[in-house]
Amino acid sequence: MGPYLLKRLLATIPVMLVVAVFIFLLLRLTPGDPAAMIGGDYATEAQIDEIRQTLGLNEPLLTQFVIWIGNILQGDLGESFFFKKQVSELIVARIEPTLSLSLVTIIFTVAIAVPIGVLAAYRHGSWIDRIVMGFSVLGFSVPVFVIGFGLIYVFSLQLSWFPVQGYNRIGNGVTPWIHNLILPALALSVIFVAFIARMTRTSVLEVLGEDYIRTARAKGQTETKVLMRHALRNAAVPIVTVIGFAFAILVGGVVVTESVFNIPGLGLLTVDAVLNRDFPTIQAVVLLFSLVYVMINLAIDLSYTLLDPRIRY
Amino acid sequence: MASQALSPGRQTMRRMVRNTSVLIGGILVALICLMAVFAPFLDTLDPNQMSTSTRLKPPGYEGVMKIYTDEGRVKVPVLYRMGSDNLGRDIYSRVVYGARISLVVGLAVASISIILGMVIGLVAGYFRMLDAVIMRIMDGLMSIPAILLAIAVVSVFNAGMTSVIIAIVVPEVPRVVRLVRSIVLSIREEPYVEAAITAGTRVPLLLYRHVLPNTVAPLIVQGTFIVASAIIVEAILSFLGVGIPADEFPTWGNIMGTARENFQLHPHQILFPGIILAVTVLAVNMLGDGLRDTLDPRFANRM
Amino acid sequence: MTDMSVLEIQNLTVRLPASADRDNAVTDIGFTVNPGEIVCVVGESGSGKSVTAQAVMGLLPRELTPTQGVTRLDGEDTLTASSQRLRDLRGTQMAMIFQEPMTALNPVARVGTQIAEVLEIHTKLTASERRARAIEIMDAVQLPDPDKMVDAYPHQLSGGQRQRIMIAMALVLDPSLLIADEPTTALDVTTQAQILKLIKEMQQRRGTGVLFITHDFGVVAEIADRVVVMQHGRIIEQGTRDQILGFPQQDYTKMLMASVPSMTPPERTPVGGPEALSVSHLDKTYGRRGFLSQSRIVQAAQDVSFVLRKGETLGIVGESGSGKSTVARCIARLIDPTKGSITLQGREIATLPETRLRPYRRAVQIVFQDPYRSLNPRRTVGQSLTEAPMNFGITRQDALTQARDLMSLVGLSPDALDRYPHQFSGGQRQRICIARALAVKPDVLIADEAVSALDVSVQAQVLELLDDIRERYNLAMLFITHDLRVAAQICDRLIVMKSGKIVEQGATAQVYAAPQDSYTRLLLDAAPGANVEFGQGSAVG
Repeated sequence: MGPYLLKRLLATIPVMLVVAVFIFLLLRLTPGDPAAMIGGDYATEAQIDEIRQTLGLNEPLLTQFVIWIGNILQGDLGESFFFKKQVSELIVARIEPTLSLSLVTIIFTVAIAVPIGVLAAYRHGSWIDRIVMGFSVLGFSVPVFVIGFGLIYVFSLQLSWFPVQGYNRIGNGVTPWIHNLILPALALSVIFVAFIARMTRTSVLEVLGEDYIRTARAKGQTETKVLMRHALRNAAVPIVTVIGFAFAILVGGVVVTESVFNIPGLGLLTVDAVLNRDFPTIQAVVLLFSLVYVMINLAIDLSYTLLDPRIRY
Repeated sequence: MASQALSPGRQTMRRMVRNTSVLIGGILVALICLMAVFAPFLDTLDPNQMSTSTRLKPPGYEGVMKIYTDEGRVKVPVLYRMGSDNLGRDIYSRVVYGARISLVVGLAVASISIILGMVIGLVAGYFRMLDAVIMRIMDGLMSIPAILLAIAVVSVFNAGMTSVIIAIVVPEVPRVVRLVRSIVLSIREEPYVEAAITAGTRVPLLLYRHVLPNTVAPLIVQGTFIVASAIIVEAILSFLGVGIPADEFPTWGNIMGTARENFQLHPHQILFPGIILAVTVLAVNMLGDGLRDTLDPRFANRM
Repeated sequence: MTDMSVLEIQNLTVRLPASADRDNAVTDIGFTVNPGEIVCVVGESGSGKSVTAQAVMGLLPRELTPTQGVTRLDGEDTLTASSQRLRDLRGTQMAMIFQEPMTALNPVARVGTQIAEVLEIHTKLTASERRARAIEIMDAVQLPDPDKMVDAYPHQLSGGQRQRIMIAMALVLDPSLLIADEPTTALDVTTQAQILKLIKEMQQRRGTGVLFITHDFGVVAEIADRVVVMQHGRIIEQGTRDQILGFPQQDYTKMLMASVPSMTPPERTPVGGPEALSVSHLDKTYGRRGFLSQSRIVQAAQDVSFVLRKGETLGIVGESGSGKSTVARCIARLIDPTKGSITLQGREIATLPETRLRPYRRAVQIVFQDPYRSLNPRRTVGQSLTEAPMNFGITRQDALTQARDLMSLVGLSPDALDRYPHQFSGGQRQRICIARALAVKPDVLIADEAVSALDVSVQAQVLELLDDIRERYNLAMLFITHDLRVAAQICDRLIVMKSGKIVEQGATAQVYAAPQDSYTRLLLDAAPGANVEFGQGSAVG
């Protein structure tokens, strides 16, 4: 396990390097003067010169990259052009809302999706199955901001059950915190419920066709126990994989949801940064989210050792 | 027995047109395509026509647009079927014309990603030497969340159709590469491919004749899903204001983006484009689901 | 013997779904199994033998429905029993073991737990008592060190050991009926012999009635008390083992038994033709020492040397993992040898790069095991047959003419070139594959388990075809097989492989009569029904 973990951690380096190179090149290799582009339409000559100086744009490309990576590794993500603050400070300040939204969403998703997926597989071909599958296609298709506005319209504007927008820090108490999060988390979880329910159904169905299920039936085991003991335990690996994958791609939805519900998290920061061409912030956020993705994948892989005795490292 | 004599391809076609999902999804998609093509003839106005006197009107509002032309102010009677937006533009016309952008972006992204992904995937799957390098790059790209990657790409280029298409293609390509590569890896183990190797068939012909046809069905299916996801991503980008600007061309995303500020008072401005967007994506997804079940049962579990 | 049978099947008919090629999976069948008796149901694929077993257990797939008949287990009809009652009977009065020991056990549960599960369902024993019983029955099926193995996971056990676990699980509550559905088909021949012996011992000691399903007459000869022969869902004939094997009444039975190759090799004159292929000191190693990972190096083939002459059939026999297919694939250059040389037409081809190798590809052709995957399903037979000749510069027209001739040669209609592979049966496809291999007039034909996936009657015909073309074209044939009966009949010389190495090499008759290596002796002894003579006695026509 030890050497394996080390090996896997080392294997993330090239992946992250590709991400870094891509983000770096995206900015440097585009046509035009990056400094002028970064400066924006209203920058003066002097300002552009200064930007060029700070970015070391007069150095060769490779040197620039090494300097940039070196700074990042030392925790220096640069200064935001727009907010005029250290990017690391910005990120720290914005991380709580995003983390809260993601966690609540994942809890909603797993609590809903896995049971209905298992049920659909177990009652394969029945009306329950058809409803779950129909919902799943629908869930894929309605974009998160449409659902978000729909929920706001019904539950906030018409029924006034929840606040329209905004975020309440958990420091102000759990109740206001969760009260503000329910709608955005619900909106965001729809697509993941659709996705995970469908994958759970597929995995369980596949396992139900295996030989050892037939063996369990031949022993005289009841159908419920065949499902709980034999099918679910074996479907766990693909289900966990897809939950992890959903968690990793949650980020995209977070950007949109934060924007719809006006939650001051990393997503909103990203949108503001893009609208203001605040490149250091964009680069930092993309790097951060990619790192999270890679780490979640690593965690999933490691969880296999707990779920499947055949996998030993 | 008659169907026995058909080639495998013809049999699949037959199965396909009998599938309900394919039928419903296909008809809906066809209708939306027709709407996009014949937008000028569907009793629409110029979707960018502003009218300050008739801003933020409710659906079904009948009134007079005051339009400024070279000859001065002209009064035109107008029926806002879905109301008007904050600049007095007719939302109905914008929604109808918006179909054009969604479909063009969807199709362009799907075809570019499939072609790029297929070429790279074939190379990665067949030439072991390049495989490691290509797949590391793809892993890297895959680990950047798709929407974030798209946002990063549009932030660099100027907002507009081309940059939006590029921005959505970049994160899609690695997924196609993975699919194609995995098919190539499994197909090259098939005895009939090995038989072709011992038959002295050269690699390009071998790939074209024995490997490529196996990727067609999964790629059609994958392509359909890419269309759906590209339509959503374009809408998201335009909604966030980083995609196609609302004053250039109406898209379902930017209609909703424009309507955000007035959402509490005029929710229908988001409702109408939201519904048509959802229906379109649903139709494409249904088509994709049906195609997957009929064209490609073996790969039905790969998502 | 009591007068009541353990199992009595009467007039059983099971309907197939409307889309199937016949109405019923089984039609109006009836036979009995008495206590302490082994009844073998034997038949080719599609004969309905497995459906019969599933019907008794109440485990028929949803789309199959029994339409008439009774299946009485200790006097109680299982067809009409409630699902609750069926669950009570399963594991206690009837139990089943399956073909694939690799997949029949739950991979994420310990084997002891899986045995104990039967006790948990049907008895009131405590957890520690269940564990003790599990260890006890594991000891009874001769598993080594059951105290430790009880906590093992299935993947830590060999195929034979897993099948023993299945048997332990089936017999732990002493059912009166054990249904064994091809329980040894997926096992190597030496393991098969052990498992057959175990089933027989356990069954005799406990007086269990056994319904044993198999396609292999060797196994029948080894284990059966009585035999039921099935074809197309109907019973052709039944009787005692000696009746059926010694004096079959029906043509179908006679034909089946005549198709089983004999274990006695015929006399063959040594082939002294010119050398077609020579292999020396061939090594193939898989895996490499990786960064931070333990080296997992597999020596798939080690120091393999032999010579193959024109007009000769050289067999390579061995169990799974012996390296026989690795050698074949190295010679066909589907994989690159690690070391050693392969000489073809006096030319060293082991290390030729692909571009320089291409002209020599023509000389070695290969026929694979699985007829369903050997032909590109999207291409017509004609396209498949002309691909190789056209690669070597023959015009389409000439290639097509030749393809028609080849189709007649392998006993198929020349007009079938426009058809697709799915329109042919497995045996026909294998003929097409042979025709395809012949299309470039190879010097060496490799048959890699080429008849192993075929039913015995089809197998006999394809073997005959292979022997014919070898003679007609003076081919050098390398015949890879795990089946000692097949090897005995078709091979002039034999190589026996074990764990990547050649352990014995010699003329077939000599190897069978006087095996030099202990492993060869073990293999020959393990072949089921070795003492019963098939393939000549009661042949038809």
